[in-house]
Amino acid sequence: MTSRDDILASIRANLPRVDRPLPHVPLFDESPPPSLLSAFKKSLERMGGIFLDPPDTGDVLAPVRAKIASAKVVCSTVPEIAGNRDIARVDATQDLADVDFAIVRATFAVAETGSVLLSDTDLHVNAVAYLAQHLIVLLDPADIVVNLHHAYRRPEFRDRHYASFHTGPSATADIEGVLIHGAQGVRSLSVLPSPRTL
Amino acid sequence: MTSPAEQSSGSAVLHPEMVAAEDTHAIYRDGHRLDHAEGASKPFRSQPEPQPRGAKVHGNRPINQAEAAARFIAAPEHEKMHDERLWDLRQKRDREMHHIPEWEQLRSLASAIKEHTLTHLDEYLDQFEANARANGIHVHWARDAAEHNRIVHGILSDHGAKSLIKSKSMLTEECGFRHYMASVGIEVTETDLGERIQQLDKEDPSHIVVPAVHKLRTDVAKVFADTIGTDPDNNDVHYLAEAQREATRPLILAADAGMTGGNFVVAETGTFVVCTNEGNADLSANVPKLHIASIGIEKIIPRLEHLAVFVRLLSRSALGSPMTQYTSHFRGPRAGGEMHVVLVDNGRSERLGLEEFWTSLKCIRCGACMNTCPAYRRSGGLSYGATYSGPIGLIIDPTFNARKYSNLPFASSLNGSCSNVCPVRINIHEQIYAWRRELVKRHDVPLVKKAAMKAAGELLSRPVAYRAAIAAADVALAHLPRFVIYNGLNAWGKHREVPHPPKHTFHSWYQANRGGKQ
Amino acid sequence: MRIGLFVPCYIDAFFPQVGIATLELLERFGHEVVYPRDQTCCGQPMANSGFNAECAATEALFVRNFSGFDYVVGPSGSCVHHVRDNFDAIEQSDEVKQVRARTYELVEFLHDILKVDAFPWARFPHRVGLHNSCGTLRRLKHAKPSELNEPFFSKPMDLLSKVDGIEFVMPARPDECCGFGGTFSVFEEVVSTKMGYDKVSDHARAGAEYIVSADSSCLMHQQGCAERIGVPLKFIHIAEILNGASA
Repeated sequence: MTSRDDILASIRANLPRVDRPLPHVPLFDESPPPSLLSAFKKSLERMGGIFLDPPDTGDVLAPVRAKIASAKVVCSTVPEIAGNRDIARVDATQDLADVDFAIVRATFAVAETGSVLLSDTDLHVNAVAYLAQHLIVLLDPADIVVNLHHAYRRPEFRDRHYASFHTGPSATADIEGVLIHGAQGVRSLSVLPSPRTL
Repeated sequence: MTSPAEQSSGSAVLHPEMVAAEDTHAIYRDGHRLDHAEGASKPFRSQPEPQPRGAKVHGNRPINQAEAAARFIAAPEHEKMHDERLWDLRQKRDREMHHIPEWEQLRSLASAIKEHTLTHLDEYLDQFEANARANGIHVHWARDAAEHNRIVHGILSDHGAKSLIKSKSMLTEECGFRHYMASVGIEVTETDLGERIQQLDKEDPSHIVVPAVHKLRTDVAKVFADTIGTDPDNNDVHYLAEAQREATRPLILAADAGMTGGNFVVAETGTFVVCTNEGNADLSANVPKLHIASIGIEKIIPRLEHLAVFVRLLSRSALGSPMTQYTSHFRGPRAGGEMHVVLVDNGRSERLGLEEFWTSLKCIRCGACMNTCPAYRRSGGLSYGATYSGPIGLIIDPTFNARKYSNLPFASSLNGSCSNVCPVRINIHEQIYAWRRELVKRHDVPLVKKAAMKAAGELLSRPVAYRAAIAAADVALAHLPRFVIYNGLNAWGKHREVPHPPKHTFHSWYQANRGGKQ
Repeated sequence: MRIGLFVPCYIDAFFPQVGIATLELLERFGHEVVYPRDQTCCGQPMANSGFNAECAATEALFVRNFSGFDYVVGPSGSCVHHVRDNFDAIEQSDEVKQVRARTYELVEFLHDILKVDAFPWARFPHRVGLHNSCGTLRRLKHAKPSELNEPFFSKPMDLLSKVDGIEFVMPARPDECCGFGGTFSVFEEVVSTKMGYDKVSDHARAGAEYIVSADSSCLMHQQGCAERIGVPLKFIHIAEILNGASA
């Protein structure tokens, strides 16, 4: 017998003989916040993320340009901002080790938690979102869902090989509870509301 | 009237001396001091003190948890920091809970989903395997720890891999994985900060979520000075964390393979989900070409819609943070990469057959029961001498080795707080109680204790003998505590005063004052 | 109604005043209260240690003593919890089931069955810290435990707030276990006493003069801890306050 057969046989021999029906899970969306964007911003900031308020007029990308102005290596996967490291030409993930800023677009975001979903389609090379020192995420305000129950109805969880909720930057407080950003992954995560340009 | 219990206890702490006056490095957003992830809600500060070590392990002999706990308590800086830190996590958990009106309903849903899945475990594992394979994931099955280690070693050998970076996994602790890999010449690097500290100190994790919570900053400074060459006189936490990042990054970039655990496995999509705060699991999974995930068979849930329930509960219960910083869903290998999942039984299918204990398999390893446990907070996780410490450990460890862990179910006051914080509603304290019965049945308790309990049972069932034994109150004092003092030592009076003997018992007062009435 | 008075063994031996206060208090409400003299213990010390078979004879004796009453009332949450929830070393005959179901802890009996709305004889002008034992809090459900997101209630506080002059203080950890835990108090005596030290220090820092509880076992442990480390607190059972004890 293979281990697989052994384990399944052992499970079948030991299954509790009780009836436990699968419950219905509600969406818990009876009282959504008046503004999903404001709720998202509040949650994001609680989790250590930076919300980049776009200027009222003029260049909506100005806050991003200001951030990357003095950076040596910028890797952008979005058409709105040009970087100087072309992700399409990255052969090995190690080639991303010196990236200062990575700029990506979120598939969608969750107001409840301040999370942005980044998937393999958005990242091109998954590791860029972790090896970069700082991460900037463009988010279309129309792409915010109210909570995680709605989030898990999105199709990306059924068609992407990799999808990750980023909720603020890399963080740890493993030593005496002192909060540190940039434990292993990015030191900061900034989100700029920016509608998708088709 | 506002009752004391209903008011928030605010910043009140048991050990005010642990609260630091200021924290110049604290991170603020919009005027608020941040305390997400494992962050403390207030700045704590310890004084240097040698670190107490964990339980002494002698092969199969019963672990003396009480002895190790006493040594932890004898190190007051460690004990106070540990207690305040974990209590702070519990307070943060309560704060989050109060933000979610449907909290208790979520706990019930989580429990029901897990119980349903466990009672159909074979079907859902089958479904997961088929879907994962269809997505290009290699699925392996391991009966026990040894087979798990052999399978992973085999995968690494097939790729000529000599170095492995990994994120925290209780399952690999359970399997003695690092030890095994060292014996076959594979270099393993833990990438979670707390777990890395423990690896460098050659010590097991003491807590399933915050592995080095029993250490002070000065302990970490010493470990890092000895292993990664930091300044031994600098115990600034930011400096230590940064030094670790700088030391680990080259190992991450050079590793031949990456390994993660899995918090949840979704049958309908063939997905596994990994939750971390540091992003270290995503580095481990996404930097090397080869990704291996070791996952216990009980981690499975049927559908994506169920995942929402667990993700909402996990980090809130564990750390009082609304979400882990990273919640990553792996459904297949990336282009040019290879992905393996090892499904591990290691006693789980047998535990499923234990009528009183099978629901312990619902556990999602959040650590909330440890944070709330008043005995755990004062004992330190290493006092349990087992992979799983705290309340959940008391009911899981004996399934691995009933003799070695026979003392653990007694290391509880049965206060029940653990069951109330459990996000999947495991009746932990009732299972602790049931394990005591089970161990007595299996004769895994000391004979002297059995003799004392038998004698107590006989005396207490014979009113005349009982009354004779405690006829006078001062005699009662001599006899009564013996119900519980079976070890010949006066354990009651060692660290607390004995009760003052009254002039009479209630019984004799009643005879004297209400004697005619029966 | 006819009430069987259950005086647990350690109350009989060390805290007779608690048994007396319970008896007198129940009589104040006009009920017939009977103390069966052959009672010893409920069996909890053995059961709590896992020795269930060893409590069979003691449980059988308990049933012989308390069979036939309308209610059995005892001033100890943990003992009542044992009788009601774990008392299964003996065969569960109808008689056994009836005794178990009719056994009440004093606070819940006053609050839920007698529905007492006043204690005109009681006055306690002191600052007290309320200690809900874990048995009363999380098993008998005297009050909402802090871990749950449910509406607040507290039966002991409802009763005590009807006592003239009483003032409550708020410790940092209102419902943390004090560390007694039955045999835990000796099996893990260092952890147990450390929990006790922390508990009494917390109450003292909050300004309590008294710790009041429905469980004398917790109070016995806390008093022993307070005396050892020199915390000047006094300890009193809720029955004594409700029966009109002045200090």
